[in-house]
Amino acid sequence: MSPRPQEEPLERRAIISGIGQSDIGRRLGRSEIDLTVEASLAAINDAGLTRDDIDGISTYPGMGVGTPGFSGPTTPEVQDVLGLRLNWHDGGGEGAGQMRAVIAASLAVAAGLARHVLVYRTVSEGTAQGEGGRQGIGGGGGGGKVPRFGGFMQWSLPFGAVSAAIWIAMVGQRRMHEFGLTREQLGQIAINGRRNAALNPKAIYSAPMAMEDYLAARMISSPLCLYDCDAPCDGSTAVIVSHRDAAADLDHPAVHINAVGTALRGRPSWDQFDDMTSMSARDAGASMWERTELKPSDVDTAQLYDGFSVLTMVWLEALGFCGRGESGSFVEGGGAIARDGLLPLNTAGGQLSGGRLHGFGFIHEACVQLRGEGGSRQVVRPGGRGPEVAAVANGGGPIAGTMLLTRGIR
Amino acid sequence: MVANGPSFRLLPRLSDDVAFFWTSGEDGVLRFLQCNACQFFNHPPGPVCRRCLSRDLAPHAVSGRGRVETFSVNYQEWIPGSEPYILAWVSIDEQPDVRLTTNLVDVEPEDVAIGMEVEVVFEHADDVYLPLFKPTSDGGHT
Ligand SMILES: [Zn+2]
Repeated sequence: MSPRPQEEPLERRAIISGIGQSDIGRRLGRSEIDLTVEASLAAINDAGLTRDDIDGISTYPGMGVGTPGFSGPTTPEVQDVLGLRLNWHDGGGEGAGQMRAVIAASLAVAAGLARHVLVYRTVSEGTAQGEGGRQGIGGGGGGGKVPRFGGFMQWSLPFGAVSAAIWIAMVGQRRMHEFGLTREQLGQIAINGRRNAALNPKAIYSAPMAMEDYLAARMISSPLCLYDCDAPCDGSTAVIVSHRDAAADLDHPAVHINAVGTALRGRPSWDQFDDMTSMSARDAGASMWERTELKPSDVDTAQLYDGFSVLTMVWLEALGFCGRGESGSFVEGGGAIARDGLLPLNTAGGQLSGGRLHGFGFIHEACVQLRGEGGSRQVVRPGGRGPEVAAVANGGGPIAGTMLLTRGIR
Repeated sequence: MVANGPSFRLLPRLSDDVAFFWTSGEDGVLRFLQCNACQFFNHPPGPVCRRCLSRDLAPHAVSGRGRVETFSVNYQEWIPGSEPYILAWVSIDEQPDVRLTTNLVDVEPEDVAIGMEVEVVFEHADDVYLPLFKPTSDGGHT
């Protein structure tokens, strides 16, 4: 059990005052810092600020970790190129999923360490992948001196478990065994994303996808096929996290952070986590609802990580939109998760079709929807009102973070 | 027919804390780090027992029998030149919350099922003995 806050959760003192996004594409031929500057300046401008107002910075993961194109520029690079004078700065790859950078910023703002924090996430995995296939961790092996591996990688790489696709395929197969999950149900996540991507001008893939297209796609790691895996791309997303005192100065509705979910109560491991069907999404989701009076039924749109389709199914259950093991039947037919359904899901196309912006695309889209700026893909709730509460989730396996965002304060 | 694993095996570093595990198969026996105070198997190995925090830990032989908890048939050539191979998380009979990421061998994908009983077989690569698993030869011991 986590301690239930006796006072208002501190993250509730923070808002997302501005959002920005660079061009997004498979291979843009532009540097990561160039894309980051484009997104950052757009976000600063959207918040009605200048770069002189920015006194904090945060990113995920920073410092060149992971496969090529994964990590984006470091905070010192971005600080220097934008000429920022900072009171608080932070970057790291350990924490509550990709959105750990936003969560850290919200707490910095609440603590008075900064007033306006630039938070960004930049990828160039489209360019890094080039014309070849998607890369595994650890390199291809073969000629020359091959390094040996320690740490957690040593337990998976020798067996060819060199990609998150494989680790998450294990989750999918286990869900088929325990819950009767079907490929057709997984396909609904991909098809829903593609349908929404058609209304997102920046989406990577927008050609219509039918169930037979999905089922005919080549298998990557069973039960995951090509369309269960997200689309590597180039792009940068930025948000400005500000103290909520700044809300009145905005020319658009403020997006308030209502609660965050950061828990990791099971073992921090892909293959040792107690529940192979959920992993840490279960803990992050539970901990978020422990920090708010809002309920899953209050949520008007869900932007749930789909680095692999099955992760969205995991999040649907972890956040309580359906019972454990029931996400397959929840998405059956696609109606409940459509833009006019019970729970409009991944309305910009997610990462499967919108592009692998690695978590931050979901944060951006939640803000777009809450602000009523979705254009042709804008969610309209029964009665004609715009969405007021959005759930955002990032991560899979032992990595998970979640946030509840609201239009105006709740 | 699928392969026993990728075309090229990336190998672990035989540091002091894990060398016993990766070389255990030299005599055909699988071993895990067991707590002498509470008998808990600790995997991956650490300096203290994660259940009781005792430092009195030593490698201990297990039967090598386990169960397929989940699996995947990998088709993508993450490692160039690889043929399809089967990955699995196998729990060990002595303590089912200990799992190994491994390859299933001597079995075709269509015959693999979650819950099937398997036993260890080692693949020798350089100075490492990789624990792989195959269906139990006696058809199970239930
Ligand atoms: Zn012990």
